[in-house]
Amino acid sequence: MSPLTARPRRVLAWSAPVLLGLVALPYVVPPYQTVLLTYGLVFAIAALGFNLLLGYTGLLSFGHSAYFGMGAYAVAFAVKYLKAESMEVFLLGGIVASGAVAALFGLLCVRYTKIFFGILTMALSQVLWSLAFKFFWVTGGSDGLRVPTPTLLGGSVRAGGDKFDFLSHRYYFYVLAVFVVGAAVMWVIVHSPFGKALQAIRDNETRAEFVGVQVWHYRWVAFLISGVFTGVAGALWVPLNGLTTPDILHWTFSGKMVFFTVLGGFQTFFGPVIGAIIYNYLETYAVGHTVYWQMVLGIVLVVMVLALPAGIVGTLKRLAPRVAKAT
Amino acid sequence: MDSLIVHLLNALLYASVMFLIAGGLSLIYGVMRIVNLAHGNLYAFGAYVTAWAVGRVLGGATEASPWLYALLPVGALAAAALGAVLEPTLLRPLYRRAEEYQLLITFGLLLILEDLMRLLWGPYPLQVSALYEGMGSLTIDESIYPTYNLAVIVIGGVAAAALWAFVYRTQFGVVLRATSQNMRMASALGVNVNRVYVQAFTLGCFMAGLGGAVIVPQQGAVLGMGVDALILAFVVVVIGGLGSLEGALIGALMVGVVREAGITFFPEIELAVLYLMAAVVLLIRPAGILGRA
Repeated sequence: MSPLTARPRRVLAWSAPVLLGLVALPYVVPPYQTVLLTYGLVFAIAALGFNLLLGYTGLLSFGHSAYFGMGAYAVAFAVKYLKAESMEVFLLGGIVASGAVAALFGLLCVRYTKIFFGILTMALSQVLWSLAFKFFWVTGGSDGLRVPTPTLLGGSVRAGGDKFDFLSHRYYFYVLAVFVVGAAVMWVIVHSPFGKALQAIRDNETRAEFVGVQVWHYRWVAFLISGVFTGVAGALWVPLNGLTTPDILHWTFSGKMVFFTVLGGFQTFFGPVIGAIIYNYLETYAVGHTVYWQMVLGIVLVVMVLALPAGIVGTLKRLAPRVAKAT
Repeated sequence: MDSLIVHLLNALLYASVMFLIAGGLSLIYGVMRIVNLAHGNLYAFGAYVTAWAVGRVLGGATEASPWLYALLPVGALAAAALGAVLEPTLLRPLYRRAEEYQLLITFGLLLILEDLMRLLWGPYPLQVSALYEGMGSLTIDESIYPTYNLAVIVIGGVAAAALWAFVYRTQFGVVLRATSQNMRMASALGVNVNRVYVQAFTLGCFMAGLGGAVIVPQQGAVLGMGVDALILAFVVVVIGGLGSLEGALIGALMVGVVREAGITFFPEIELAVLYLMAAVVLLIRPAGILGRA
């Protein structure tokens, strides 16, 4: 069940109809559903980045909220101080900010593995959280910062009157396009020699080093790419949410990223994507139906870990050959 | 400017509670190699149970009778009982799996326990300040200082001493340390590892619950206190060394002092300084000040 077994042609064969369906979706379902899916796609971009570290490099980060949050706050600062309103400027800001922080934190973290890596990434992300929380005159503290609806494609597509209509159509297509590009880039990365080197490091660090892979350097590059993907997701998330608060920098948000990656299955390429989208529905409906939504999510997580450790996609992949044989 | 001794006492008070929480976390990691993300919730659980029990006995009365203090350990016992149930049911199936799954299941447990407390005790804080005020205060260096805080410091000290004696001076302590050093070898020599694990986990939870129980008269029990405490307990064990009890003591004292100084001199970056301390220690000595590599 390693990611190596996926064939590009087979992936194209089923991803093309899925993509067509996603493009047609806003004309079929109510706008609310589209906006919900937009959130899911944003988290899916973060999951793609997160899984480069967990699934392909074998590093469990408990601090990815830092890069998501940096992407989001970079956008908020661009609005507050530079009066920016173009989504492309937002994305650029998110990439630069999350990339800078990931480059620095990565430098410190890549020497460690396992639980030490997890705690170090968590401690560093908590530094950012406490700064965002305490320096309220810059960050708005727990009230957060408001971000208005941006203009897309260099100002040629504007929000107009109905914000919800903008989010459920034009902005949805924008996020979908970024997601497709991101997924394609990540696909190329994990199937490149660089991606193979990462998997070699994951499977046996000593042997990888022995055959000439510069382990720390490769890990650092993976960390950087992972952080930037998560930062892009953060930048796309703010206009959707309209507000950024320190919550997205807190370590429990990192926990959510781990949650949806494992929910989908971190040993597959598309598992985390599916996991992020399903998680988003799960959380939205749990929050909508009960005040005890955390308990619902916790129970799902515990059951997943005990019963389906391979995740949704991983389990389906394992079952598929058996079903094919039985029929 | 308050006198130095009051600041020192505040630092010690904070260190006592942090040691109880972080010591339990470290003990569990040392023996079982599991980082329990739900540990802070067991601390909160201890606080809630004590607050609830004292509140029930107290009824509407505001005067606390002295024997009410005997109810303090109830929270610790409840947390221990919860731990004794959780380890065999949820953690034991996972020892052979990758540690990602162990972290995740304790994260799931964190979410569940957080809402369980909301379900049982509602969204509003529980207060038992009658116990806190019942002890009165005394005058230190012309400042008034609550006697209860001194009692918490004493309890923290006694707990540290008792734990040391337990781990280094009893038969059970020998078995515990042997399992911690080499689980397979201990098992081969006839130690029932499953039993040691559940005992260690229960003891760790007892300490967390005790931490919650002794601090609840002063601070009250609120939702979210567990998540906040967990991350500071991480700072403590990372500074002292994961799995080391002496390290947890040193880490708790350092965190106590830095936090008290932070609140006084640099309140904005107090938390950031604590997390940075943990990061710096991890970078210089990944195993912590007293940790084994």
